[in-house]
Amino acid sequence: MIRISVLLVLTASVLSAQPSGKEVLERIDANMSSDSRYVKSKMVIHGARSSRTIESESWIQGKSAFTEYLAPAREKGTKMLKLEDKLWIFSPATDRTIQISGHMLRQSVMGSDLSYEDMLDDPNLTDKYDAVVTVSETYRETDCWIVEMHARTVDVAYQMRKLWVDKKRYIPLKEELYAKSGKLLKKTELTDIKLRGSRWYPGRITFKDMLKKGGGTEFIVSEIRFEVKIPEYLLTKAALR
Amino acid sequence: MIRFYLKGLFRDRSRSLMPVIVVAIGVTLVVLLHCYVTGVLGDMVVFNARFSTGHVKVMSRAYHENISQLPNDLALIGTGDLLAHLRNDYPEMEWVERIQFGGLVDAPDENGETRSQGPGGGMAVDLLSEKSRETQRLNLERSLTAGRLPETPFEMILSEQFSEKLEVVPGDKVTLISSTMYGAMSITNFTVCGTIRFGSPVLDKGGMIADISGIRQALDMEDATGEILGYFPSGDYDDEKASSIADSFNAAYSNPDDEFSPVMLSLREQNSMTMYLDLMDYFKSLIIGIFVIAMSIVLWNSGLLGGLRRYGEIGLRMAIGEEKNHIYRGLITESVFIGLAGSLVGTLFGLFFSSLLGRGIDISSMAQNSTMMMQGVLKARITPDAYYIGFIPGLIATVLGTSLAGIGLYKRKTAQLFKELQA
Repeated sequence: MIRISVLLVLTASVLSAQPSGKEVLERIDANMSSDSRYVKSKMVIHGARSSRTIESESWIQGKSAFTEYLAPAREKGTKMLKLEDKLWIFSPATDRTIQISGHMLRQSVMGSDLSYEDMLDDPNLTDKYDAVVTVSETYRETDCWIVEMHARTVDVAYQMRKLWVDKKRYIPLKEELYAKSGKLLKKTELTDIKLRGSRWYPGRITFKDMLKKGGGTEFIVSEIRFEVKIPEYLLTKAALR
Repeated sequence: MIRFYLKGLFRDRSRSLMPVIVVAIGVTLVVLLHCYVTGVLGDMVVFNARFSTGHVKVMSRAYHENISQLPNDLALIGTGDLLAHLRNDYPEMEWVERIQFGGLVDAPDENGETRSQGPGGGMAVDLLSEKSRETQRLNLERSLTAGRLPETPFEMILSEQFSEKLEVVPGDKVTLISSTMYGAMSITNFTVCGTIRFGSPVLDKGGMIADISGIRQALDMEDATGEILGYFPSGDYDDEKASSIADSFNAAYSNPDDEFSPVMLSLREQNSMTMYLDLMDYFKSLIIGIFVIAMSIVLWNSGLLGGLRRYGEIGLRMAIGEEKNHIYRGLITESVFIGLAGSLVGTLFGLFFSSLLGRGIDISSMAQNSTMMMQGVLKARITPDAYYIGFIPGLIATVLGTSLAGIGLYKRKTAQLFKELQA
């Protein structure tokens, strides 16, 4: 009888220590998501033959974003504006503003392993996914919760996601992104995690598109500011030219 | 004895003329059908070679593995040197560079913003070099429905259907959004100089053709190309020769451990062409098989009728003591002469009609316009096997038919012969 009581108490304490999926997502969002942000970044794309680096700066607010490419010379001056599910690209070499929409937003940005959605959408998870914490695991010498997320709607790029979430800092260290069919589409590794203000945020995210050859893409955050005031004109087509 | 049989055949025309005519008609049809099938199916092989596979094709190993994705990031580089080697080592072939590419084609409004847009797939070929024969090889001039061929690197031809979808006409500007071979975004303006009909639903939906120099600049592919195609100058595919060239090239230049090393494939090894070429052989065998069976049945019947007509003669020969086996052998010998004569006449007629069809049947009026894929003329082709393809089955069918009909001899009973003769 005593043994059973001890077992029940232990089980209850373990269950109480394990957070719910929703709670984990909310705490991740508290680190990663924001109403608005400014990001200056480098993308190192490891292609099948060679690697190249693209520098850009982006202003992101909800589902709207403006990006200007700073380097290399071939891309310099190219600007992108995303408003909801539409994207406009301005190419200074051709003096053209080209609109891209729908499924094209899931295409690769500049040949990288990131899609436009990966790069320009706010990574808010709570609104889009239901989550369950399945098990606890040590990953990169860090205690992690493994969280499985299933999309609530069909209009998200990844219907299922599996996260390895640092138990202390509530930041994912690794993620696997799946299609509805269960096919693994991408893997990400979040490293160089630093405290930026009150948030833990990665300095480097390595994306690997599993359907592509090559060595993946490193997204290196050079500078990031959260909850910034973005000038209104920047999120209009007028800012492209 | 043979003279005796020949005399018999010449003097009794009813014994020889009809079977010879029947065999000759059958053999004529076989030769004609063989030449026509070889011509038409062979033309399809030729179109495939011109448009996609070449007689041989050189690609990087990695490009070959992912060819359905048009992977220009896996293209061959240093193609200037590679082409020089190819031209030096295999001067009997004509070598050309091609780039297959895909992307969005965007037509602007008056403010330079997107008015219409669609995904397309295209082919970059050498249209501007003086010595290039690509225009003729792809039948471009005749396939144009409006405008003209590109005269500068940044002009392109769109499929007629695609141009209608984008609402552009020759002279309008469009922008090609694609990826460079290093994966960067490529945005390049082109002028539509003409429209074309490809003759294939997929290509007509979103096909385009541009000069290779313009696409090279757009896709950052200087001294690089997706594919190098080799053609025999005659335009005819020689599988043995192509395989031998491919083997020798691969032994010298290809490294299985290096995914970017070049690899050469013969036409047979590409686009399921092995199956297609085997299918051609299968069709030929089928035609001959059907012919032999059908002709044997016809000649069997004809032999039976002949047997009925010669019932009395054969009965008399048996009555006066000629052995059944001897009579049977005689009938077979006669059938050999009939078969030889009929097959010879049939082969000559077959070759004559095939040579007339060799000029081609012009179906372009039925197809409204010539296209790149279907050039509007169906041609028969006389190949060396046309000289014996009808001859041997003609002979076999005649002998087989007579052999079957002659079996009836053995069923006649000597005891009843005189009764039958009296009757």
